[in-house]
Amino acid sequence: MSFFDLKDTLRPFTALKQFGKKPHTINYPEKTVEASDRYRGLHYNDLDDCIGCGNCSTICQNAAIDMIKIDGIEGKNGDSGLRPRVDNGRCCWCALCVEVCPTGSLSLTKDYNYVTDDADAFLWTPGVDNPDGKDRISFSTADGVSLNDFKRIPMPELEGMERVKSFAEAVIGYNEEQARAEASRCISCALCTEACPDHMHIPEYINAIARGNDADALRIIYDNNPLPEMCGKVCTRRCEDVCAIAVRGEPVAIRWLKRYATETALTSEITREIVNPEIKEPNGKKVGIVGAGPSGLTAAYYLALRGFDVTIYEANAKAGGMTMYGIPKYRLPLESLDKQIEYIEKIGVNIKYNTKVGKDISFEKIYKENDAVFIGVGFPKAWTLGIDGEESKGSMQAVNYLHMINADENVEIGDKVAVIGGGNVAIDAARVSARFGAEVTILYRRRIEDMPADWEEIEGAEDEGINMVPQAIPIKIHSDNKGNVKSIEYLLAEMVPDERGGRPKPVAIEGSNTIMEVTAVMGAIGQQGDYSFLEGEYEEKIKVDRGRFAVNDDQQTSDPKVFAGGDAVNRTADAISAIADGLRACKAIDKMLVGN
Amino acid sequence: MREKATTLYIGPQHPGITGNMMVRLKVEGDTIVKATTEVGYLHRAFEKLQEKRNWLQSFTLMCRFCVPETDPMEESYARAVETIEGREVPERAKYIRVMVLELARLASFMLWYGGQNGSLGLYTIGQWSVGDRNYILDLFEELTGGRVYHMYIWPGGVRRDLPKGFEQRVLKTMDYIEKRLDDYDDIMFNNAIFKKRTQGVGIVDKETAIEYGVVGAVLRGTGIKSDIRIDDPYEVYDKLDFEVPTAEGGDIWARALVRRQEARQSIRIVRQVIADMPEGSVYNRIPNPQKWTLPKGDAYVRTESVRGEIGLYVASDGGLYPRRVHLRGAAYVHGITLLEDVLKGSNVADVSAIMNSLGTCPPEIER
Ligand SMILES: Cc1cc2nc3c(=O)[nH]c(=O)nc-3n(C[C@H](O)[C@H](O)[C@H](O)COP(=O)(O)OP(=O)(O)OC[C@H]3O[C@@H](n4cnc5c(N)ncnc54)[C@H](O)[C@@H]3O)c2cc1C
Ligand code: SF4
Repeated sequence: MSFFDLKDTLRPFTALKQFGKKPHTINYPEKTVEASDRYRGLHYNDLDDCIGCGNCSTICQNAAIDMIKIDGIEGKNGDSGLRPRVDNGRCCWCALCVEVCPTGSLSLTKDYNYVTDDADAFLWTPGVDNPDGKDRISFSTADGVSLNDFKRIPMPELEGMERVKSFAEAVIGYNEEQARAEASRCISCALCTEACPDHMHIPEYINAIARGNDADALRIIYDNNPLPEMCGKVCTRRCEDVCAIAVRGEPVAIRWLKRYATETALTSEITREIVNPEIKEPNGKKVGIVGAGPSGLTAAYYLALRGFDVTIYEANAKAGGMTMYGIPKYRLPLESLDKQIEYIEKIGVNIKYNTKVGKDISFEKIYKENDAVFIGVGFPKAWTLGIDGEESKGSMQAVNYLHMINADENVEIGDKVAVIGGGNVAIDAARVSARFGAEVTILYRRRIEDMPADWEEIEGAEDEGINMVPQAIPIKIHSDNKGNVKSIEYLLAEMVPDERGGRPKPVAIEGSNTIMEVTAVMGAIGQQGDYSFLEGEYEEKIKVDRGRFAVNDDQQTSDPKVFAGGDAVNRTADAISAIADGLRACKAIDKMLVGN
Repeated sequence: MREKATTLYIGPQHPGITGNMMVRLKVEGDTIVKATTEVGYLHRAFEKLQEKRNWLQSFTLMCRFCVPETDPMEESYARAVETIEGREVPERAKYIRVMVLELARLASFMLWYGGQNGSLGLYTIGQWSVGDRNYILDLFEELTGGRVYHMYIWPGGVRRDLPKGFEQRVLKTMDYIEKRLDDYDDIMFNNAIFKKRTQGVGIVDKETAIEYGVVGAVLRGTGIKSDIRIDDPYEVYDKLDFEVPTAEGGDIWARALVRRQEARQSIRIVRQVIADMPEGSVYNRIPNPQKWTLPKGDAYVRTESVRGEIGLYVASDGGLYPRRVHLRGAAYVHGITLLEDVLKGSNVADVSAIMNSLGTCPPEIER
């Protein structure tokens, strides 16, 4: 080819034909190009929807997100109070933070990153620095793309009408595969840890289960809960209420996962082998404990591990308190509780059964013989309904009924039972009665959605054919001439909004009297304490305030040597709060007596 | 009389090369007698970082391996993970992946047009092709939210479905680009200067190509027909009708001819996948990334990038992170060993043109 090939020399000049054309890269007057509808630009965060779970910060592989405190946003149950701040010097706009955000509050906008001489502008607090960013949201999870697993692995259960035929455990439990899958939904935000009264290490043990390391999970669980299988079956699980996944999906089944891990240890020996806790040399200090309920057992277990000589005085023939004599066996089988208590005793806790303080032994003796005392006597006495006819035969208190059934005693209830109340005790009494073949109706003053009982318990009761009559206020129990319960009379109520903003109040409708034929009535409207064992100077020294022991943050009563916890102290009245109290008291006693 | 040898340094900053690297040249007159490449300016240790990033986080690092070749990297990683895990990819996602990969080829060819000509002092075409490339980047922005780093092909499929009416906009852009390729021909392939500067320059012969493990247009420019999309097809390439162009001579010119044709083949493929694309979901969702483990195992996947075959090795020890990620890229061989060889005996003025023509890409070499 010659250099002067005419065609190849002239052809490039065809470029000249472009001259008259409209340039495609230059705009006069200059205008900003609108980014596409999916553009990944500066972040926006809906500060109200955000719960500060920090999952964005965890996924960001550039460590571009810090969770920071923001003026005007306070932490609360289910909200850490922190919000993400993005370092735009590190961000690569991958938007993974958006796709793992469980609430959907975080998104990217059409806003371009910009150049400025303000170095601090790199630090961008979405939603704070662009409060109007909502209008320019582009890349979000609104189109349904999300990397959270919102659906729970269903818990296998006996079918409702099958359940009522016996006291067999209704919930069957996850198998290994189900547990791993359920555990894998957790995003380890730890909002649950905050919400748990006992601050259990939830993300840690769930993570162990997800990794297939059940033994580790059990060890982590026993770190601050010596009755975990009980909690795994019946805990009120406030952790699940705040689960970040629950904002748009179903909460991780934290309780069932704990249950799974604890059930992998079939006997108390296996529990001991796996947990293998360090037990300190005896330190020569003695602690006496009144009541072997969850609070007393917890204080005892951890004190024993720390080298204390611990004795529990328990009025009943078995330990466990209300978890033994209150909670029905189809929810918490006897063998399960026995296994856990056996393990606690193996660690060195000494329990004196059938020893009622104030009757079989004086409080004074315990007080004088020990270096510290813990009181965990619970709330054993039921409130009566305070209506006519309550003394009739066949009218009883639900807690007493449950106690007798759990103690294997015979109770005559006939075939038609009315239970008064809307809490867990009411539901338990109703479901137990149904297992004895009775037709059961629950009468509750407010609406079903106002019932304090666990929603799963309410559903369970409905599945088992239990009738619910909401907005019903009992006014009288009628009896026949032999003094046996014949019927219950109640008024219907309407819900009136509370002027002070509280929950609506039931107000009886005059003339709405309804009579229902029944063979037994069970009251379940709450319990109270019984502190008659505190005699003489102790009644004075250990202060009770509105029915509960007055304690400081260390569970210490007005007598520095005496600590108290559980239902006799806190209003939450659940096992996990009692456990938390017991652990707190243990730490305080250790600090007081040994200085640890 | 032999001229005295001197040493010249090209780079690490030099307008003729993408990314930073240096070539140390020993020259006699304007003839190179020895070339030594020096890399190390761009090492970001992505492969190592991935050992401490979970399986999802690692995906976002892939596109950074090589700026003009982001999508083949994402594709390779996704396919490796899917192979180890046995994760299915919905049919629609496979079509979308091929569309993205071919659009990415086109965008990359447009950059090459600019770079190859620019290295010879022919700047007009670069103004055109880089401007035209923006129309493809607009499509990417619309589809993925990003123009260059797409982070779109993820394990299990692609991140989002096509926006409404997207197919039409792609076809329109293809028509436009196809016309523009003719304009490029006029001032490039029918240009005496371009011919003079590229024919017989930077020659790689068949034997050397095979010996060095050369791939892509460099290999095809020696007359050897080889393309992973045909030889070991992935996604839906086996259902598509396209040609693998070759040329004889092994010089810059031959390689340019190959690329020129390949750009047109990409347009042809994009049109086919849009016509054949089935309805359906676009991804099989991975689990919660924080808990996502892959079974123990490994995978080596091959993908045809613009530079040629790339191989990605990914190993899992059953944990939350890759145990090892390793890329066998085209640029490492082409831009170091082969380049040193080809430069020997070449003219100093041709260094940039040869580097470009071999597909030297420092970011990919160093990762
Ligand atoms: C029917 C029912 C169902 C429940 N369901 C649940 C549930 O599903 N989930 C949940 O978390 N919680 C539930 N609870 C509440 C839970 O059982 C209690 O909150 C928890 O047991 C309180 O623990 P505690 O240590 O305070 O006392 P308790 O469990 O009440 O134990 C107190 C112990 O002290 C003993 N004692 C009392 N006085 C003396 C004395 N003078 N001398 C010696 N011993 C004495 C008692 O015999 C008893 O063993 C339920 C309660 C009831 C009644
Ligand atoms: S977009 Fe990606 S890099 Fe940026 S803050 Fe979110 S996760 Fe981090």
